[in-house]
Amino acid sequence: MVPLIEGASGSWEVVIGLEVHAQVISEAKLFSGAATAFGAEPNTQVSLVDAAFPGMLPVINRVCVEQAVKTGLGLAAEINLVSVFDRKNYFYADLPAGYQISQYSRPIVGKGKITLDLADGSTREVGITRLHLEQDAGKSLHDQHPSLTYVDLNRAGVALMEIVSEPDLRSAEEAGAYLRKMRSILRYLGTCDGNMEEGSMRCDCNVSVRKPGAPLGTRCEIKNVNSVRFVMQAIEHEARRQIELIEDAGTVEQETRLFDAARGVTRPMRSKEHAHDYRYFPDPDLLPLRLSLEWVEELRRHLPELPDAKKARFMAAYKLSANDAGVLVSERASADYFEAVATGRDPKLAANWVMVELFGALNRLGRRIEDSPVAATALAELLDLMRDGTISGRMAKEVFAAMIDTGKRAAAIVEEQGLRQVTDKGAMEQAVAEVLAAHADKVAEFRAGKEKLFGFFVGQVMKAMQGKANPAVLNALLHEKLSS
Amino acid sequence: MTALTELTIAEARDALRAKKISARELTEAYIAAVEAARPLNAYVTATPERALEMARASDARLAKGEALPLEGMPLAIKDLFCTDGVPTSAGSRILDGFKPPYESTVTGNLWRAGAVMLGKTNMDEFAMGSSTTTSALGVTENPWRRRGDNCPLVPGGSSGGSGAAVAARAAIAGTGTDTGGSIRQPASFCGIVGMKPTYGRCSRWGIVAFASSLDQAGPMTRSVRDAAILLKAMAGHDPRDSTSAPNPVPDFEAALTGDIRGMKIGVPEEYRIDGMPAEIETLWQRGIEWLKAAGAVPVEISLKMTKYALPAYYIIAPAEASSNLARYDGVRFGLRVPGRTLDEMYENTRGEGFGAEVRRRILIGTYVLSAGYYDAYYLKAQRVRARIAADFAEAFQRCDAILTPTAPSAAFPIGEKQDDPIAMYLNDVFTVPVNLAGLPGISVPAGLSSDDLPLGLQVIGRAFDEETMFRVASVIEAAAAFKARPPFVAGEA
Repeated sequence: MVPLIEGASGSWEVVIGLEVHAQVISEAKLFSGAATAFGAEPNTQVSLVDAAFPGMLPVINRVCVEQAVKTGLGLAAEINLVSVFDRKNYFYADLPAGYQISQYSRPIVGKGKITLDLADGSTREVGITRLHLEQDAGKSLHDQHPSLTYVDLNRAGVALMEIVSEPDLRSAEEAGAYLRKMRSILRYLGTCDGNMEEGSMRCDCNVSVRKPGAPLGTRCEIKNVNSVRFVMQAIEHEARRQIELIEDAGTVEQETRLFDAARGVTRPMRSKEHAHDYRYFPDPDLLPLRLSLEWVEELRRHLPELPDAKKARFMAAYKLSANDAGVLVSERASADYFEAVATGRDPKLAANWVMVELFGALNRLGRRIEDSPVAATALAELLDLMRDGTISGRMAKEVFAAMIDTGKRAAAIVEEQGLRQVTDKGAMEQAVAEVLAAHADKVAEFRAGKEKLFGFFVGQVMKAMQGKANPAVLNALLHEKLSS
Repeated sequence: MTALTELTIAEARDALRAKKISARELTEAYIAAVEAARPLNAYVTATPERALEMARASDARLAKGEALPLEGMPLAIKDLFCTDGVPTSAGSRILDGFKPPYESTVTGNLWRAGAVMLGKTNMDEFAMGSSTTTSALGVTENPWRRRGDNCPLVPGGSSGGSGAAVAARAAIAGTGTDTGGSIRQPASFCGIVGMKPTYGRCSRWGIVAFASSLDQAGPMTRSVRDAAILLKAMAGHDPRDSTSAPNPVPDFEAALTGDIRGMKIGVPEEYRIDGMPAEIETLWQRGIEWLKAAGAVPVEISLKMTKYALPAYYIIAPAEASSNLARYDGVRFGLRVPGRTLDEMYENTRGEGFGAEVRRRILIGTYVLSAGYYDAYYLKAQRVRARIAADFAEAFQRCDAILTPTAPSAAFPIGEKQDDPIAMYLNDVFTVPVNLAGLPGISVPAGLSSDDLPLGLQVIGRAFDEETMFRVASVIEAAAAFKARPPFVAGEA
């Protein structure tokens, strides 16, 4: 069902297309050997090519091409064996050559698709129009000096993949799901780190509204939104703005807008004096890019298992719910972690421990699963101690907390803190006898029919035994003693 | 013996190896010649100290018997080649004060082959011109004069500084670049040999770009053999230039056998253009006879698209130039003329930094790439270009080399055609098609005009078959026996 927005004049459909700019993971830039690491001192990762010195020429970085093709394959897209680099011409201080090398009419990747995982557990397919390679620009720093602009060219020439979706998305939620899925796929492939805060993934949103069944409305483009949450807010606001505008007898002007995250609104970009005419033409410094089918097929053979396939396998092999499987596969690291824990163990239990205890702890610590203080093998050992009865589930949570704090192995903590569970009936008998003796009145009440006091006795014995009693053994023993 | 500055590369090579002369003597003679040639304004920067230092290194290698192919050869370098630590202007104000921290691949190849740098030579601004009169560093004069007339003449262009320097014996040879005729036309005007290799033969890395799909570096020399020797050292695959060809570089000198028996020489009927002086037509006819006498067979060929070559060129070259020259924006190097805003700084810098011809071509190029005009101009011009290349390919089914005049006139007075860009552009009518097709072409001095100015004939070869082209050129050279010297020779008062 298509999600609609209610306006004063009835229901409206929102039509959204996204352009994702994903920074390619590569040691060197798209056309030069300069490094690409984030956060270096300004202008320390700039080659003469990046700074567009006279006579400098671009040479394509094979790794970037490989990354783009892998991404195309990951999006089930057509790979164009011949593609062309064009120059997109415009003047700006952080664009040293006065043109950006991009791909205009013949991109490296054509039509593909991506499957969205929606909140209700359903999925929906969205079309990818194209993916092309292009250079990033440098950065203009307007806040370093009262009247001057500084330019940092470290980013100039870094490879970007521009991934364009079909206008298939119908709500802010779907746009969010699209971005999360895109990021997940890119990270699985190792082609982009998907880090929107550092700007290695940015998004332009094309938004229009229409009455259901009507032709497409006029769209506005919201540039450079830098988090999934902001994308959703921006779309939500922009759709409502357009609906109100039209319902107030206004018309939507095709324009470029910016999202003001502080105020949660979109506003028109400062109007430029001149509309850009980019004067695209094939870059004469570069020959058309030709790929061999064998090379592409070789890359296809070495693609990792991607989130959709992994999710399906988790559901089938481990009998996980769509939601649990979806959560676990969203990051390759969590999926790998889960599998390491689940193999040879109860998968449901493993999923619960990973998703509840581990994710909860990581969240509190603000750490990523890649640098979790408890490795998958360590968590597996803990579950094994539970399975063989060494510790109870309740004790396991305590041990896990200690593992998170100290990084020690479960067995060591159990040993140190003497947490080994008591399963020997004989060892429990004294404690049971003492509790029953100390609470003779309650015993009488229990025997008179107040059966809910059973839990009280369990608690008292556990307390006396510092929680080490095996609950099943204790229950049996208590029943035996109370009924005698 | 002959003056040192009269020697060709081939002769100097023998003399150096036979220890009859030293690299130092040769270089010193040329340093003096560069000084003496100042009135021509052929050089914009002289580098005598560097030259002497390089000559010393050459002598050391010669002493050890480790002579390199171009050992001790003092060269003039067009100021379009970036030279490490030596100002590089491209004849433009906009590169004011620019000293590249790098060496172009071609000049680097020359120095590695033992050559000596005398200095940088003048050129039309950004290589846009056929007269070497549009340089921000002044006009260069041709060392030749019409008989009985002291009116200063243009050396042709854009590589007019190298042309004048080589003709006036102020360099044993020089480098040029040729986008539409910028080596061959000045060679014809200055009475020397000028050769444009197949596109991709020489690396473009480190050469200030004019029109990337057409630019090629090439030698300017006083003999065909010297051109073959120099090209061998300049050429070769360069991984830093994606358009550089991975083909092996043959020994071009070895191709100069003089034997062209049975070779078919194409003569394109479309090159008989209106208004071409009869004496050029006559010279061309004489060239055909020379080749016939050497055993070659002239073949009438048709290059039907010839008349569209200049219009197509004047769309494609400016289009590429408008984009290539966008980097001269005052931000990172060269001239900056301040303004209150970024746009104003761009306008001031580019307005003052570029001369009229460069501004004209940037405007044309920007226009033909604009939305709504791209298909009608740029795309159509590219189609014409493909047809021109196809014409040549078809012609080369029937012949092994093509003979044409190099230019439709001899050198003209400085100032003439200055206000008539179309007349100026017509200078390149015979050379431009060769660039559009990416083929090798060479201009060989073949005779004198009625008023004693040199005229060249052009030999065009198949792509990557410079050897056949050189072989034919050497036959023309031998038959023409061009011995005339310009009235101005450096050091001869």
